[in-house]
Amino acid sequence: MKILIKNGRVIDPSQNLDAVADLLIEDGKIAQIESAIRNPQSATEFDAAGLIVAPGFVDIHVHGRTPGQEYKEDTATLTAAAAAGGFTTLCVMPNTVPTLDNRSVVEDVLSRAKSEGNGVRIYPIASVSLAAKNEQLSEFADLKNAGAIAVSDDAFPLQDADFMRRVFQYARTVGLVTMLHCEDTALTGGGHAGVGRGGGVMNEGVVSTELGLRGMPRVSEEIAVYKACALAREVGNRVHILHVSTRGAVAVIRSFKAQGVPVTAEAGPHHFGLTDEAVRGYNTNAKMNPPLRTREDCDAIIQGLVDGTIDCIATDHAPHAAHEKEREFDGAPFGIIGLETSLPVSLQTLVEKGPLDVTQLVEKMTTAPAQLLALDAGTLKVGKRADVTAFSPDENWILEEETIRSKSKNSPWLRQTMKGRVKATFAGGKQIY
Amino acid sequence: MKRKHLLGLADVSATEITQILDTAEAMREVLSRPIKKTPALRGKSVCTLFFEPSTRTRASFEMAAKTLSADTSSLTVATSSVSKGETLKDTLLTMAAMGAGCFVIRHPSSGACELAASFSQKFGYDFHIVNAGDGCHEHPTQGLLDLLTIRQHKGEIAGLKVTMIGDLLHSRVARSNVHGLLKMGADLTLCGPQTLLPPEFGLLDLKMTHDCDEAIEGADVVMTLRLQNERMNGVFLPSVREFAALYGINARRLKRAKSDAILMHPGPINRGVEISDDVADGGQSVILNQVTNGVAVRMAVLYGLLGGEEN
Repeated sequence: MKILIKNGRVIDPSQNLDAVADLLIEDGKIAQIESAIRNPQSATEFDAAGLIVAPGFVDIHVHGRTPGQEYKEDTATLTAAAAAGGFTTLCVMPNTVPTLDNRSVVEDVLSRAKSEGNGVRIYPIASVSLAAKNEQLSEFADLKNAGAIAVSDDAFPLQDADFMRRVFQYARTVGLVTMLHCEDTALTGGGHAGVGRGGGVMNEGVVSTELGLRGMPRVSEEIAVYKACALAREVGNRVHILHVSTRGAVAVIRSFKAQGVPVTAEAGPHHFGLTDEAVRGYNTNAKMNPPLRTREDCDAIIQGLVDGTIDCIATDHAPHAAHEKEREFDGAPFGIIGLETSLPVSLQTLVEKGPLDVTQLVEKMTTAPAQLLALDAGTLKVGKRADVTAFSPDENWILEEETIRSKSKNSPWLRQTMKGRVKATFAGGKQIY
Repeated sequence: MKRKHLLGLADVSATEITQILDTAEAMREVLSRPIKKTPALRGKSVCTLFFEPSTRTRASFEMAAKTLSADTSSLTVATSSVSKGETLKDTLLTMAAMGAGCFVIRHPSSGACELAASFSQKFGYDFHIVNAGDGCHEHPTQGLLDLLTIRQHKGEIAGLKVTMIGDLLHSRVARSNVHGLLKMGADLTLCGPQTLLPPEFGLLDLKMTHDCDEAIEGADVVMTLRLQNERMNGVFLPSVREFAALYGINARRLKRAKSDAILMHPGPINRGVEISDDVADGGQSVILNQVTNGVAVRMAVLYGLLGGEEN
């Protein structure tokens, strides 16, 4: 089985490659990248003239919802959505039902990826604690042996500094990165979501004041990031800060990186592409945690991506069913889908209107996240698995509910014009989109 | 009125507010007649949906609807299917299927009325939504009745010095009044401790202070807001006693206002907290006028939304 991708602009940050060339896939692996490869007859040709050919995108922050919440997303729809967005590698968060806190759930996720997926690779991230209660450590070593790629507290942010320190120490012992959702829930009213329950539901600021919604102050993230970084400095473990959303958090991460603390960070397209103005009209598709912030926060995140404070882009893809979002703002769940809009939103915000060039963007979506979790992905080097994405950097299209591959349609960009479109995705040498 | 719903005063223009107040004055005349009834909304069906406790607002809306000869029905959360977990959407559509053409909604969630309005015409039923208070967002008919009361006593609203005191953070009455008063050209001052007065209000064209005496100095209108005890899920105040000492309106404090200043409160009053007994029942208090004007304003709103429609 051979595929010849012809005449594309091949960008591979892992080997500093940016040139118009042909790419030959053989037996599921990258066989050759040269200009004007002669078609060895048996190869299927894909004309990539005018397109960018890049390593398949890597998203290290996805809520797969399997097992337990397949009504929001199942493995087939998840991997279909990934393919449509150009992604070939996903790391899935542990807030499943039951919690991804033991070997059997890891094995279930992996076996379903094989049997129900389309070839997109799925790596499970395990919960730092049993049942995500942040009381008792989960079995990091057994989880790692079963295939977990990291541990995380996402959706249930660690508050107790002593328990956080134990998590760091034990994760360092086992050799796993700890991926943290940084939120001081005392300031946000976290854990009190629901109609009339009183927890924060959006950024605290002008818009929340006008809408009469309880705010989540930006300082709640900055304080939590500082706490995590200070503990990581002491313990010396690898900490990854999930979904950075505030200017203050960017500054804290920058200062700890400058001290040589082994901390990395990601940002989501919504956090640099939208502000809390999107919540007006009580749009529950603009409700996520951390919430949409302000212009100055977006600008600081973009600056962080430019100077390397923020290592990569991750979507925090969080599908929710229509009936869950079609309700009172305070009662609707946090989270938006992001796999199918990550490329166009990033292209528009960071490249067209921002300071990044397309090579840097590709790096933030491929090589950088792969390196961060030591994944064998995000490269077009000869001999590697042929995960390849071909996209048009300037094709316009409109995001419509009907064409979204994800089972859930909770996107803040519905019916908006997107610029930049994935034209083909190959996973392990097989065209899956 | 050309609008379909009344969700808040944020999107109502000064001209439209004046029209509603003019209509309300005509309605007040109807209310002063020995037989308080007009056939204006005969055959219309108004349903009050209250997901939060209320006495005056609900009674006021029902009296307004009945005076206009509309048929009324009401649903209270504790006795309805909502307590079995029925969603706002299903509750609305169920009542709409029974023929309700207008819903008056009170709800603990900010934005619940916008959500309700989004269901109109979407599932085969066409209905109006009137916001009777949603979370900490807006309470537009309270804002309108306050404007009507001020106009009644002071004539022109533009240029009046109006001071609003108390829990501005949680108050939907405050938000509607801020929108309404600024649109009508009042000179507005907000006053409360910083825990109850978000600095973001300062971005609007108004003054803010934490000093109650300073806020009241020379005021034409002093509006106090109820302490929203049921929303106090954090530590906002050391004690009710200290709040009363710093921000309670008593005769001594009221003397700082103009001698003909009026004192308002949306009710229900925590006597001895926001207002002392002597001033609540004193000559400058217009609290009961507010209540009467409430019925007139709600008649004007219901008539504006539903009147002139074909049955």
